Amino acid sequence: MSNDPKSIIEELSDHYQISEIKEQKADLLLLKIPKEDAVQFIRELRDGQNYTHLAFMTVIDYIESGIFTLTYMLHNYAAHHNIAVHVDIDREQTEMESIHELWVHAATYQRELREMYGIRFPGSPRLDDDFCLEGWDEIPPMRREFDTVSYSRERFFDREGRITTDPREHMKQIMYPIHTDND
Amino acid sequence: MTTKDQSLGPLANDGLSPEERDLFSDARPVPYQPYPIEVVEKFVNWVRANSLFMLAFGTGCGAVELNPLMTARYDAYRFGFQPRPTPRQASVFMIGGYASVKTLKRIIRSYEQMQGPKFVVALGICPVNGGMYWDSYNTVNQFDLYIPVDLYITGCMPRPEVLLAGVLELKKKIKEGRADGHNRYIENLDWYKANQKRIIKNWDMPDYSW
Repeated sequence: MSNDPKSIIEELSDHYQISEIKEQKADLLLLKIPKEDAVQFIRELRDGQNYTHLAFMTVIDYIESGIFTLTYMLHNYAAHHNIAVHVDIDREQTEMESIHELWVHAATYQRELREMYGIRFPGSPRLDDDFCLEGWDEIPPMRREFDTVSYSRERFFDREGRITTDPREHMKQIMYPIHTDND
Repeated sequence: MTTKDQSLGPLANDGLSPEERDLFSDARPVPYQPYPIEVVEKFVNWVRANSLFMLAFGTGCGAVELNPLMTARYDAYRFGFQPRPTPRQASVFMIGGYASVKTLKRIIRSYEQMQGPKFVVALGICPVNGGMYWDSYNTVNQFDLYIPVDLYITGCMPRPEVLLAGVLELKKKIKEGRADGHNRYIENLDWYKANQKRIIKNWDMPDYSW
């Protein structure tokens, strides 16, 4: 077994359709994998290549392209190296295979993603329990089509008298009046 | 805000299931009655102001500024101000910055369990008008719609010196008999409850946590 990430990827490329490989930093490699192979690929990295730690799991909302990009950040303790596995899923058919059998704590991430983005992970324990939001009755709040300003106005009532100033202009006027005179 | 009379009967406890309803009291809280002799009431207020017990429940990010108060450098004990671990032993509730809806639920339960007369101090700009989180889906913008606030300390975050100034201001208010949030809450309980239930959608607790 080799510790060099590039040779790992070359080795796995024979079996998996890996795309968009990018070496972001010396200790971070990004790659993309199709949805169908993703869990098997992550299992291979964990069991075969010593990427034993799931550092975090999150999602990026590309509303323009109509996709969610799931990100699994895996860490190799021996090599001090990270691999970020990106998986594109459809924004409307938000269902993804669960990885709670690989790492127990992934279930908590999946609960959060279900609540904040509405992504389903069938079989994940306590998936539908409330996590941060209790009694939420709108579309999931972190989806980009959710209008948080109007929701806040309608639900939490702005207090009258709140003013907003442009920080740059405010600093010019209040803190450095001499400079504004010379402008 | 309209003052409701106290002849409204017991609390409904609608959020509880019928089995649970037997386990919780449905009695309405009673406002604090001052001592009939004014001098005695003034003396009692003086005693209260010099023995403030803070509920150590860090409700938001501002709670990190409360910890230095108890260190040798700031030493809030010299003002008769100290933290207690449970609501039943406390008389001052420090709201530590922003409150989300989930935290607000816990704040209400803790506040109602405190023994009266009790005082609420809200620190930071967030309880006043939402602060930098004013447009968040989860931050309460006007805190005094839900809990009676006796004193606001603004800032993001207020430094420990400002908190000490706030404690002194609270003591002044108590001594003058102006810190009446406890009675305001009880006298307008229905108004506060209606506001609370408007944003807490899954109300699964008793209407008043005795």
